[in-house]
Amino acid sequence: MRIGIVCPYSWDVPGGVQFHIRDLAEHLIGLGHEVSVLAPADDETPLPPYVVSAGRAVPVPYNGSVARLNFGFLSAARVRRWLHDGTFDVIHIHEPASPSLGLLSCWAAQGPIVATFHTSNPRSRAMIAAYPILQPALEKISARIAVSEYARRTLVEHLGGDAVVIPNGVDVDFFAKAEPKAEWQGGTLGFIGRIDEPRKGLPVLMKAFPRILEACPDTRLLVAGRGDEEEAVASLPAGMRGRVEFLGMVSDEDKARLLRSVDVYVAPNTGGESFGIILVEAMSAGAPVLASDLDAFAQVLDQGAAGELFANEDAEDLAKAAVRLLGDPVRRTELRERGSAHVRRFDWATVGADILAVYETVTDGAASVATDERLGLRARWGLARD
Amino acid sequence: MIETLIWIVVGLVAIGLYLSWTAGRLDRLHARIDAARAALDAQLLRRASVAQELATSGVLDPAASIVLYEAAHAARQAEEENREVAESELSQALRAVFGEAEQMEAVRAAPGGEQAAGELAAAVRRVPMARRFHNDAVRAARALRRHRKVRWFRLAGHAPFPMAFEMDDEPPTALADRPGSG
Repeated sequence: MRIGIVCPYSWDVPGGVQFHIRDLAEHLIGLGHEVSVLAPADDETPLPPYVVSAGRAVPVPYNGSVARLNFGFLSAARVRRWLHDGTFDVIHIHEPASPSLGLLSCWAAQGPIVATFHTSNPRSRAMIAAYPILQPALEKISARIAVSEYARRTLVEHLGGDAVVIPNGVDVDFFAKAEPKAEWQGGTLGFIGRIDEPRKGLPVLMKAFPRILEACPDTRLLVAGRGDEEEAVASLPAGMRGRVEFLGMVSDEDKARLLRSVDVYVAPNTGGESFGIILVEAMSAGAPVLASDLDAFAQVLDQGAAGELFANEDAEDLAKAAVRLLGDPVRRTELRERGSAHVRRFDWATVGADILAVYETVTDGAASVATDERLGLRARWGLARD
Repeated sequence: MIETLIWIVVGLVAIGLYLSWTAGRLDRLHARIDAARAALDAQLLRRASVAQELATSGVLDPAASIVLYEAAHAARQAEEENREVAESELSQALRAVFGEAEQMEAVRAAPGGEQAAGELAAAVRRVPMARRFHNDAVRAARALRRHRKVRWFRLAGHAPFPMAFEMDDEPPTALADRPGSG
């Protein structure tokens, strides 16, 4: 099958959607399909052979933060050329409602279009204003995929219609087979995520940390991620700052080893999560997970059966749960076992088969993808040159 | 005077272009419904065929075989107006027969059973998928067709008002161990 995938965000900036697309493309190529990914990228960035650059993304303030987006005449032309050259059986657009490549391709293509909705943003005023413009583009999508039940619910509320739920994929064995590192073992809590992004929840964990240390004085907190380290520990008493170790940005291998080593992985995110891939990675590596009870997290953790949940933004509750887990090796082993069994449904083997099933469903009895000849008037009057 | 006339002509041309574009949109939506319906029919037929094959394979006990054969046969032969009921009954029969994991194990253990079980699992998962895509297309077309501009200018032509396909497509638990996929 010839598959075209559209990535809305810069290929050179790491992010959940980009990683998902990279893994999906490599999985599909591994199964023998022809895959081409259209993504914004600087011309100098080295790209894998299956990625086609759609030009440089422009930083624009959008939706409360600065997003790097592609739009304008030049990008639209590149999208059309990619569609024309690719003659795809199906195209898979990620984030079709964001004003970037996704929307442009939706606008320019016709034929079997699959779209994945990753985020679950509350309905914004811009979206309401743009609804009449979005609708004609979005109604071309033959199949919608939401990454979680929560994302599906917001999609149905905002745009109407329906979607199937297919979770994000994880290479479970990569995490399960990583080698633990001795210096990261022994009474350790793990946290991975941007330090200076409050929604990732490090401040909540820092508030809870003194109480955890009171009960278990040997505990260490390992933090992997970008951001200002001094500011992060500023709220801690000076004597406790030594118990926090910053690892900076870590490679994929080190991330897996870290998750294999820690006694408890803590995900104190306070919002803005529609899936929670890091929880799946932690469970794949066999780390007992303690997460805030966001809708998306509760669903990934099977409503608390595969990992512990605490009340969101409640440092007290987080501390209590962490202390209980650190002092109960039996419960940790139980969580490890449940987690490892639970994550099989997020393995690429399962997720990839589901996504291919969607492709096959929409290509059954449909022509291949082509550019949408919007100025069809001449053609309709029989004046078009063929 | 001339100026007013020019403006009226410009306005009429703009309205004409807009209506023509809307008609194109509607046409594309109808094509999408047709493709989605064809895909749904293909998946339903596939499911009924696998069920019938299993029913006649001798792997199941006679009672289960008869129940499953009846339902699969009725689903394949159903007239358009009885289709939703017949397919729902096949879903119920599949749930009754393959409600327990042991039954699936027995099918897998038989010669060629692994393949048949895989086909059945794929079929019962793809039917809800295809139905969701079909009903999503129907909803989009209905929303546009209810619009004033479409009704007043009869842009839908003689195309019938699209109907959603409503049925019970809950897969048997032994075959749906992957949550959140239906």
